[in-house]
Amino acid sequence: MASKVQVPAKTQTSSPGFAYSALIIGWLVPGAGHLLTGRWVRALLLFVSIAAMFWLGIAMQGKLYVPNTGDVLDILGFAGDFGNGLFYALGRMLGLGHIAVQTATADYGTKFIVVAGLLNFIAAVDAHNLRIGRKA
Amino acid sequence: MFAPSHFTAVLLFATFASVVFGITQRSTPKAMVRYGVYCWVLFVGVVIAASWLMWLVRR
Repeated sequence: MASKVQVPAKTQTSSPGFAYSALIIGWLVPGAGHLLTGRWVRALLLFVSIAAMFWLGIAMQGKLYVPNTGDVLDILGFAGDFGNGLFYALGRMLGLGHIAVQTATADYGTKFIVVAGLLNFIAAVDAHNLRIGRKA
Repeated sequence: MFAPSHFTAVLLFATFASVVFGITQRSTPKAMVRYGVYCWVLFVGVVIAASWLMWLVRR
C-alpha cells in the first residue's frame, strides 16, 4: 500500500542569485530592490518619494552628517543619512549639505534627509522580504 | 534655496512618508492606498491638533 507523502508547502519563492541582492541594491538606490523583484510601480513610487525627500532636504540647506563619535544625536543623524545609499555618497562627494544649521528651514531640511534615509532602510527591508518570499 | 512654510513642509513630509509606509506595511494595492491615506491624515491631523493646542496654551 502506497503511503501518502506530505511535501511541506513551499513558503519561499525560488529566486536565483544572491538572496540579499534586493536589500543591498534597494539601499543603494531607493526603489531598485522592488524593481529587482518586478514591482516597478512600487519601485517608481518609492524612488520618487525618497529621492524627493532627500533632494528637497538638500535644497532647504539641510545638514549632511559625517561619520562621528561625538554627540549621540550626531551619531544617530549619520545613521539616518547613511540610509540614503548612493544619494548620500553623491551629496558628500559634491560637498552638498550645510555644516551648521542656522535657520528653521535648514532644520526641516536636515530632518527630511535623515527621514529619507530611514524610509529607504524600511523600503530595502521590504524589498528583501519580497525577494525571499516572506511578503507577497 | 527652497524655503517652504512650516505647513508646506508638513504636507510634503506627510505625503512622502505615507507613500513609503503604505507600500511597505501592507500587501495588497487597496490596503496600501487605505493605509497610506490613514497615515497622511494622522500626520497632518496631529500637526493641526497640536498647533491649536499650542495656540490655546499661549493665550
